[in-house]
Amino acid sequence: MTRRLTFALAVLVLATLPLWLANSYYVNIASQILIWAMLALALNVLAGYAGLVSLGHAGLFGMASYAAALSVAGGAGQLTAAAFALAATLAATVVFALLSLRSTGISFLMITLALGQILWGIAYRWISLTNGDNGINLPSRPAPFGISLESPQAFYLATLAAFLVVVTAMEIFVASPFGASLCGTRDQPRRMTALGYHVWLIRFLAFLFSGLVAGIAGLFFLYYDKFVSPHALSLATSAEALLMVISGGTGTLIGPIAGAALVVVMKYVASAYIERWNLVLGAIFVAIVLFMPEGLVPGMLRLWRAARRARRARAAAAHLG
Amino acid sequence: MTLWLLLAINSITLGGLLFLLSAGFSLIFGLMRIPNLTHGSFFMLGAYLGVSFLDAGLGFWTAALASAVAMATIGGLIERLLLRRLQGNALAQVLVTLGLSFMIADICLMIWTGDPVQIVTPPALRGVVPIASVVFPAYRLAIALIAVVIAGMLWLMLDRTRLGAMIRAGVDDAPMARVVGIRVGWLFSIIFCLGAGLAGIGGVMGAPILSVYPGLDSDMLPLALIVVILGGTGSLVGAFVGSFVVGFLYNFGQALFPELAYVILFLPMLAVLVIRPQGLFGRQA
Repeated sequence: MTRRLTFALAVLVLATLPLWLANSYYVNIASQILIWAMLALALNVLAGYAGLVSLGHAGLFGMASYAAALSVAGGAGQLTAAAFALAATLAATVVFALLSLRSTGISFLMITLALGQILWGIAYRWISLTNGDNGINLPSRPAPFGISLESPQAFYLATLAAFLVVVTAMEIFVASPFGASLCGTRDQPRRMTALGYHVWLIRFLAFLFSGLVAGIAGLFFLYYDKFVSPHALSLATSAEALLMVISGGTGTLIGPIAGAALVVVMKYVASAYIERWNLVLGAIFVAIVLFMPEGLVPGMLRLWRAARRARRARAAAAHLG
Repeated sequence: MTLWLLLAINSITLGGLLFLLSAGFSLIFGLMRIPNLTHGSFFMLGAYLGVSFLDAGLGFWTAALASAVAMATIGGLIERLLLRRLQGNALAQVLVTLGLSFMIADICLMIWTGDPVQIVTPPALRGVVPIASVVFPAYRLAIALIAVVIAGMLWLMLDRTRLGAMIRAGVDDAPMARVVGIRVGWLFSIIFCLGAGLAGIGGVMGAPILSVYPGLDSDMLPLALIVVILGGTGSLVGAFVGSFVVGFLYNFGQALFPELAYVILFLPMLAVLVIRPQGLFGRQA
């Protein structure tokens, strides 16, 4: 009950955000957070629930952006372009999954990394198709049902709608028997096999789901900037998405969303003061992995508790001594 | 005809450089079971350090050696101070190397700026060598030769010395090697120093051809990755053969299908993954 209430309250706050954020700069940041949160949620299906850490998700994300931008440039309508982009992303996801799911763990990470680099290489080098490093412009944002999304507020609300659909889908997915069996393949793949589950198929379907959501995020990424360049597919983008997932805490729904908010805000704050975002990104990455592998929120709690325990122990020692 | 020959020479040169890069990468992977994602950064940082050593007045080969020593030290420190704390948690180790690669890239950008730097070819090797009525650029031949010599030395070390036997034991079965009294932890440090040093020397030697620029790290790392997937992890022969295969694929791909060079590079890797996942020279896990 409280859970539903919190959820409704959160939706209410998010939906009215443009009303009490007067400055459209902040509304744009909120849109960005939602877009990246979708990508982080997509990656979390694999990294969190399936225990398969992918470093190629930026490839799928950027694939959707490029496919949509290219088909609009080729004269397709926005709806057709979006549908084509998602279909193309799903097709790429199938290839990703077929090749990478032959293994797990580190090999899985390496294969997804290599596959992501192929897509990056195509975006970067196949200049006659993708315009290389200069990227592709989208003439305008789509206008579903004739509503223009050009204003930051309208775009934010459209992104929020997509985000809520994704979050709801994730909720259902996590609570479903399929979600439970996916966690089973993460924790006890052998036992799952012995119990008669098709471990490979479960992982494959989870990968498809993850790829589709990454594609949706990629579409909104394109609509936000009205531009896409090879950077969207780079290893740095994959790493950022992974940082969002692990900084918030893997295998939870709220974790990747909090992580996305954290990383996007940090990126904006950091870039206002220093131009060394990559240095900051790398340092945070190393620090989180070394000191708070379970994620920032649980990690902070643990450190705080440890500090309090140490203080109490010291106080007790002083009392005795 | 001359075009093909030129391409072949370039391929051999790139293969030699790739071997210097991926020999260490492969040994680290074989022993520690992690892809060291800072390896491309070692190559780039080594090259940049070489630039600075040359500016300080050192000769080319002294600069290359100094850079190798500096990189070995940095690699050893990373292994001792960071990776060791995460022993047994391979995923965390990989993520740390990924974070470090971003940091190194940005630090290089800060110190050496974004402009590409070219190291001049050492004067003694600027000429050409005529072999059977064909002339070869001396420096490119020298690179291939040095790579072969280093490969030979590495092979001798791995195959004929006590240290090499311990490394091979660690690659085959680390827990069992520990049981028979081999200090596998020390091997990790040695291999990491060796790998970083080789990458550094490769970076300096590659600089007159490839030049040094931001992004060199992320250009080289996928190549090392392909070499190791092709050749099999922890296998020196695999790294050697894989390096030259990738060298040829890269140069010929770029000349024949410039737009799809990257795809051509990855296709054999995918084929190997599907047909022989342990790599051409890897052993069944």
